[in-house]
Amino acid sequence: MSKRRDQGFEHPVASDITPREMYRDRRHWLAAAAVGAAAGVAALTSRHARALSQAATQGAPGKLPALAARNNSAFSTTQTPTPYKDIVTYNNFYEFGTSKSDPSQRAGSLRTRPWTVVVDGEVHKPRTFGIDDLLKLAPMEERIYRHRCVEGWAMVVPWLGYPLSHVLKAVEPTANAKYVQYITLLDPAEMPGQNDPILQWPYLEGLRLDEAMHPLTLLTFGLYGEVLPNQDGAPLRMVIPWKYGFKGGKSIVRIQLVEKQPVTSWMRAVPQWYGFYSNVNPDVSPQNWSQATERLIGQGGAFGGLFAPRVPTQLFNGYGAQVAHLYQGMDLRRFF
Amino acid sequence: MTPSAPSLARRLLRHKVVKPAVFVLCLLPLLHLVWRGLSDDLGPNPEQTVIWTTGLWALRLLLLTLAITPLRKLSGWAELARLRRLLGLFAFAYAMLHFTAWFGLVNGFHADMALHDIVRHPFVLAGMTALLLLLPLALTSTNGMIKRLGAARWQRLHRLIYVAGAVAVFHFWWGKLAKNNTATPTAYAAILALLLGLRLWWAWRAARNRRGAGAQGSSRSLA
Repeated sequence: MSKRRDQGFEHPVASDITPREMYRDRRHWLAAAAVGAAAGVAALTSRHARALSQAATQGAPGKLPALAARNNSAFSTTQTPTPYKDIVTYNNFYEFGTSKSDPSQRAGSLRTRPWTVVVDGEVHKPRTFGIDDLLKLAPMEERIYRHRCVEGWAMVVPWLGYPLSHVLKAVEPTANAKYVQYITLLDPAEMPGQNDPILQWPYLEGLRLDEAMHPLTLLTFGLYGEVLPNQDGAPLRMVIPWKYGFKGGKSIVRIQLVEKQPVTSWMRAVPQWYGFYSNVNPDVSPQNWSQATERLIGQGGAFGGLFAPRVPTQLFNGYGAQVAHLYQGMDLRRFF
Repeated sequence: MTPSAPSLARRLLRHKVVKPAVFVLCLLPLLHLVWRGLSDDLGPNPEQTVIWTTGLWALRLLLLTLAITPLRKLSGWAELARLRRLLGLFAFAYAMLHFTAWFGLVNGFHADMALHDIVRHPFVLAGMTALLLLLPLALTSTNGMIKRLGAARWQRLHRLIYVAGAVAVFHFWWGKLAKNNTATPTAYAAILALLLGLRLWWAWRAARNRRGAGAQGSSRSLA
């Protein structure tokens, strides 16, 4: 097999990751390309545009306020986004229950306005941002990222947001700041799942400062052209595409710069399985199951896509060209 | 209740429709799953739906099989014993479906991948072990095999179901640990502990009675 590792945003084996219809489409495109390269390029561009608009009309109900953003194709995968309905009904958000369907059914109780985010800790200028200030802090971008859950499934999500680094720079980290931790709202009345002591609430996740400053690390306010639905972490969440999904804290109320490596909620709960880094890695699976392959959600087909083959998981979720240098010389088995 | 006048429940249990009815009931979870598949209703992650549903029903039927003897003893409804083999075979059938779904959908029928997974992850190994423990029981479930093995040996062999039950519950518990949500597996473990505990208690009491009877007998002989 001609696996190509660390090719940035391109998936290594196109036939493995592209839905069959699209793959067939590409065959047509290749035929067209034989006729003329210009025609081919046009076909590719329109194919991508068509896929996007198709995906948008398929799902996004237009019930939520629109969020304007420019597409940043330099940071986007060309894969077809997962249908909106899957992204908003298949969620892990234990604050609303542990079943995948709980968040979409129960997150209505969350009030996302007014909302403030405290940014403090090892900073020269601690600040409390209102959500409207944050929405205007930096230009909003659409970025189509791959999303890999530690449970072995994956999606492709058109997020809207801007790099977290904009916020961090605004508060001027001190020389002591080595890590960033971000904390989810604690409110059992609005988040009924917090009445269950499954995890230590509030949910806490964190990054090393250089990871947090990385341009791929997205402070995220929306998806599919609209503000985030509650079940996906409204009004703002973290998205770190080369790490497992649980690193992306949702409904964040506080961002703290700290000197010591934080103990995250999952590290506290099951330390032998969930490490601080949690980079996507097909060769390291301290959990119960292998991380070698993943199930791409929403491909369709007979029996809801039951018999579609799994796809191989990529080191750093395919973002190795951008982030591998952050871990140079580190034993990824030890620092999982 | 005198043995000469069987209760309504016992008379109903003797009816010839009971076994086919239980057979159909045991098929319902599978039929429901197929129906959901045909109507595109397996959810965003059909693979997970199929694996979880078949695994859960395998475990439920295994516990139900283990509940037959205690229920029979507590209620006095001897007719319940007629359903034990049927339930046990269905537990095995769902376990096979569970295994096949994992082997085919997660590992793409690649034996090397599956083996790698089994040796590396105790959770998977436990599931495999439970299935392998059930296999000889399924194979020797016929009347012919009972005759060939002899009732005593057959019964000893079939005590493997106690081990299989424990390993299967462990597999379930270990799986839910990933979500740090072990409430349901803990409930299943409690039910299993009750079902096995009752057997231990009865065995201990029977042994004590035998000893007691023996002691009485000897004292009488002395008298």
